[in-house]
Amino acid sequence: MTLVLNRMLRHEVILGVLLVAALIVLAGQSEHFWTADNLLNQGRLMAEVGLIALPMTFVIVTGGIDLSVGSIFGLSAILLGVFWQNMGLPLPVAMVAAILVGGIAGLGNGFIITRFKVPPLIATLATLALYRGLAEGISQARSVRGYPDWFFGLGQGEVLGVPSQLWIMIVCFVIAAFILGLTTFGRTTYAIGSNEVAARFSGLKVDRAKLLIYGASGLIAGLAAVIFVSRVSTTRSDMGTGLELDVITAVVLGGTSIFGGRGTVIGTGLGLILMQALKNGLALSGVKGDGTIVVIGAVLIAAILIGNLLSRDGD
Amino acid sequence: MTTETPALSRLVPVRRWKSFFESYGQEFVILAALVVLFVGVGFYNPRFISANNLTSMFVGNAYIAIAAIGMSMVIISGNIDVSVGSLIGVLGTISGTMAVNGYPVILCWLVPVLIGMVINAGVGVLVAYVKIPSIVVTLGMLSILKGGLISVTGGAWISGMPPEFMIAQFRLFGLPSSVYFMVVLTALAALWMKYSPFGRAIYAIGGNPEAARVTGIRIQPAIVGVFTIHGMFAGIAAILFATQLQVIQSTVPPNLELTVITASVVGGVSILGGTGTVIGSTLAAILFAAIGSSLVFLNISAYWLRAVQGLMILATVLADMARRRRI
Repeated sequence: MTLVLNRMLRHEVILGVLLVAALIVLAGQSEHFWTADNLLNQGRLMAEVGLIALPMTFVIVTGGIDLSVGSIFGLSAILLGVFWQNMGLPLPVAMVAAILVGGIAGLGNGFIITRFKVPPLIATLATLALYRGLAEGISQARSVRGYPDWFFGLGQGEVLGVPSQLWIMIVCFVIAAFILGLTTFGRTTYAIGSNEVAARFSGLKVDRAKLLIYGASGLIAGLAAVIFVSRVSTTRSDMGTGLELDVITAVVLGGTSIFGGRGTVIGTGLGLILMQALKNGLALSGVKGDGTIVVIGAVLIAAILIGNLLSRDGD
Repeated sequence: MTTETPALSRLVPVRRWKSFFESYGQEFVILAALVVLFVGVGFYNPRFISANNLTSMFVGNAYIAIAAIGMSMVIISGNIDVSVGSLIGVLGTISGTMAVNGYPVILCWLVPVLIGMVINAGVGVLVAYVKIPSIVVTLGMLSILKGGLISVTGGAWISGMPPEFMIAQFRLFGLPSSVYFMVVLTALAALWMKYSPFGRAIYAIGGNPEAARVTGIRIQPAIVGVFTIHGMFAGIAAILFATQLQVIQSTVPPNLELTVITASVVGGVSILGGTGTVIGSTLAAILFAAIGSSLVFLNISAYWLRAVQGLMILATVLADMARRRRI
């Protein structure tokens, strides 16, 4: 037990050192990096990925993966517009409905995975196409604009000087860290990822836990979509394309094992901040947006590479 | 009856036909779906089965079928590659840029294929020797290739390639060369997968890696080999993709990797590895092309295409899981 704890801590310490080093280097590159305005703005920009990364940590700890989050994000965003503008629902109701649709889409994933025993990678690859296809089919590539001013408070406003969505993310972060680290549900999550058969024979409700986790993944993707629409003040069906890559990179960078059974929410938080710092720092030192994708891909492979090389003696 | 062994059943002629159907069941289902689609939509709108439409359908989609051959091998070996779309985009751009800059045409065709093999051999090494799961390596490669391509080229259009470079537009006996490529490569790959020791090894590794290792198959070089061959098919696909139109946009064709994976999986390649054929994946690629084209002829918005794709992959996977449970 202490051995496991030590290993987790070790990865987070490495990550913490890496993060500090990156921050120092990036601060040296541009005087704009280390300003409150820039940092708070970065917090705003990473809130959507950060929110989805929380349930994704649970998903990957169980040994699964959810590739459909980007598509659920797009579907919820489109439906928010459709519910409000085309069906004439009041905007608050439309927001709740859009988030719930995300939850239902996530439960759909969980149902396919637990009931039909389809590997999560393939199940969510299929729903990635299906949910995005529904978003495209429903919207017919039309965008929805003209939301009322109060709606933008969620994505563009501030509470006590801090972007509103950052508060939401922090609250969700604390809840997720508490559930994974300190509750029986969290222990169940680790048990499923370490050895699913053993977890089943120990009487744990494996299927129910997975269903809840995939459902939460969809629900949070829906929430992130509503926040995103509020931030960019329009909806389009291609929103969130490739989002799953950012989310999975943050989680894996944070030390969660892609094989399951290992990982923490705090690690995910560190991975997320490191990723956003890299993106922002590179952008400030003149690298274009597409160049930063290259770096993130390379960092993803390098992080696992180093992790594998280090843990080889341990295993 | 339960004591009857499979070996015995293979000796009885009646049973042999049945087992033939069992091992190619998925291919027959797709073939039937294709026939129904062609007859049904052709009846509704005869222009669907006109030579013109069929030709443009094959020329526009043969590269997907060819990429799906390599993808099928990767999936049969128990791995996956989500970066193939980006790889095809990068190799197509390299090929087009070389052609515009006056390199010999043969080099414009061969160099991208070789680069594809080298890149994917690297992926194979990371998967087989460093033991990083293929989904992670190829997710990383996806963003490296895609981001690299766009930041180098800015997504510019390439045009002015010499006519002798446009291999996908060559015709032989009235048929576009893409069709020959698709048919010949599928046939060769199918035979090779069925009869060569290496092909059998891929099935064995995907079916049960531990058993394969104990039988003396060297798993790690085989995985690198599978990815390298997959890189070759991606390279050929990229050449056909780059030469089908007079211009190439130097970006990654959107969702190409998903279309390729879908073709493999719907074609009967089991997602759990170990089973499937490349004939199925080629048929499935044709089926997709036909569905995409038929939406136009049925006056259905093309925006629904992806939802149809998603439903099909889901239905196939569920059927596959149900069949496995019965066995």
